[in-house]
Amino acid sequence: MNDVRRLKILVADDTDTDRLILESIVRKEGHHVVSACNGLEAIQVYSAEKPDIVLLDALMPELDGFGAARKIKELAGDELVPIIFLTSLSDTESLVQCLDAGGDDFLSKPYNRIILQAKIKSFNRMREMHSTMLTQRNQIVQYNNRLLQEQTVAKHVFDNVAHSGCLNASNVRYFLSSLAVFNGDVLVAAMRPNGSMMVLLGDFTGHGLPAAIGAMPLASTFYGMVSKGFSMTDILREINGKLKNILPVGIFCCATMMDINFRKKRLKIWNGGLPDCFVYHHQEGNITPVKSTHLPLGVLSNRAFKDNCEYFELQKEDRIFVWSDGIHEARNADGDMFGEERLKAVFSRNSNPELLFNDIIESVQQFVGSGEKDDDLSLLEIRMDEPARVNSFAKEASDKFGNSEIEWTMGFEVKPTSFKVFDPLPMLLNVLMEVPSLRAFSSTLYTILAELYTNALEHGVLKLDSELKKTPDGFSDYYELREQRINQVTEGFVRINISHKTNENGGLLKVRIEDSGDGFDHQQRSTDNLTSFGYSGRGIALVEKLCGTVTYLGCGNIVEVAFSWVSDD
Amino acid sequence: MEHLDYDTLNTLKQVMEDDFALLIDTFVQDSTDRISTLREVIQGTDADLIRRAAHSFKGSSSNIGAPHLSSLCAALEKKALEKRLEALDVDLDSIEREFAQVMVLLRSLP
Repeated sequence: MNDVRRLKILVADDTDTDRLILESIVRKEGHHVVSACNGLEAIQVYSAEKPDIVLLDALMPELDGFGAARKIKELAGDELVPIIFLTSLSDTESLVQCLDAGGDDFLSKPYNRIILQAKIKSFNRMREMHSTMLTQRNQIVQYNNRLLQEQTVAKHVFDNVAHSGCLNASNVRYFLSSLAVFNGDVLVAAMRPNGSMMVLLGDFTGHGLPAAIGAMPLASTFYGMVSKGFSMTDILREINGKLKNILPVGIFCCATMMDINFRKKRLKIWNGGLPDCFVYHHQEGNITPVKSTHLPLGVLSNRAFKDNCEYFELQKEDRIFVWSDGIHEARNADGDMFGEERLKAVFSRNSNPELLFNDIIESVQQFVGSGEKDDDLSLLEIRMDEPARVNSFAKEASDKFGNSEIEWTMGFEVKPTSFKVFDPLPMLLNVLMEVPSLRAFSSTLYTILAELYTNALEHGVLKLDSELKKTPDGFSDYYELREQRINQVTEGFVRINISHKTNENGGLLKVRIEDSGDGFDHQQRSTDNLTSFGYSGRGIALVEKLCGTVTYLGCGNIVEVAFSWVSDD
Repeated sequence: MEHLDYDTLNTLKQVMEDDFALLIDTFVQDSTDRISTLREVIQGTDADLIRRAAHSFKGSSSNIGAPHLSSLCAALEKKALEKRLEALDVDLDSIEREFAQVMVLLRSLP
């Protein structure tokens, strides 16, 4: 046989001649034969030899073919072992009985070699197909198990990164499927050092691991930055930049981020791509929708990213409702979506705001009914409350920050040997950037410090005359002279004093720089004509613009500026 | 009906090759046993036992290429199935006579 490999075939027949004939035919076909003389023996031989195909006489002593067939099928389990009944039975009932017992076909006596050969071939094909199917089925089961296992591990890792933050605060309620991260939904919340709560609900495009992958950097960035006191806009920018860098085009994160200040009863909110959030006004019993006015996170480069937020003054018991599109897109059996109108209707029907949260979920679930459950409803409610009633952290921070101010000063002196080799500006700026609220002003602060320090060094310590810079030749003379003197300087100093103080709305940064130079006649300085002021006019004019006033003290060797900043959160 | 079906026998010869003689011997021995079994069971009243014995003999004689013998067995099987157990010894006598014929013819095959 060329097209059927050598098979092992069991021949079970109690009639010696019939068995002899069949054995010979099968052997002639190139197969290996094992034999049995009755049903019980057939089962024994089957167990010992595991033949590929079984040829079974229907009527046999001890145990007939029907009983043997049942037992063999049972022993075979998942494997397909074709059983062909050998029979001279011809009545319909008997033939049906053969098939009922698990037989796959019959071969009638007298045996026809051609037909037997065709049957063996065809059943072998079926057997091989079945075994391929079993292998593939097992592979699918294995893949599925592996997928579930990977998801469990991934979820475990995610839960460690995204833990529950402050979602257990008494004013927070949320509904999230346990495997929400694989639906692309992510909810993170944490307290800022100032006692306000920051929350972000995100909905990544897609499902499964691709949707979950962006949740990790989002959560770790969020928790890392919130606890350090960074502002919402800084955090949004950081997350946007990270997602833009790591996610492929087409995967992004619709998100709403909020900063809820319980002390000031203020909400700062940014919505990029999620459905309208609702601010529920307790007193009026109405809602203000907060529309998405931005593109989702991870779409735009940070240069094009817009971080402007909306602000709401809230009353105690006012509530903010945020959701992913799972609620709006929940479908009933007819395929209709729940939609925003039904959502608004839940609010207008409601008489007890405390029940709103459950009303929304129940309405959606009733609407979906026996329809396909997507199981990716994500809903968040935050209630405005006294800091003391939110959680202990909010209370403590509120007590600490509510009335008191943070204040520090720093003094720094540059000595002669350092003038040439050390630029104090980056270090000073680094110190200032440790104050999260000042980060937004980094370039302004750099400009101020750089102008003032340069003036103190060049005109004060090195005694260079700014008049020199007025002509092109003088300009290069000026820098030659600067190079000369900075190499020779052996005495002098520049003292930098920075003080910082926060207040309710922001803070005040004072910079005072004193140099060892001779100063200048600052009384003559004209305040209404900045450009005519000869003492490096351009730089000071800029500083003046940034700080409001520039004050000279002493003999003109001391300069003071005050930079006042207002926090937007 | 013919005593022997030579087409079937020729096929068997090809298939069995050297074992053909063994097959014939086995058939003769087997059939002798079956006839004496039948002789016993028709004395009794167990119709199913008679039917089964006749059925098996029918199958083996059809396989060996003895159509007439096979059809005589089929007739006996049918009577047993219909529980017509009278005068079965007449049927068995015919079977025995036919078998004697078949045996002679099989032995004389080239």
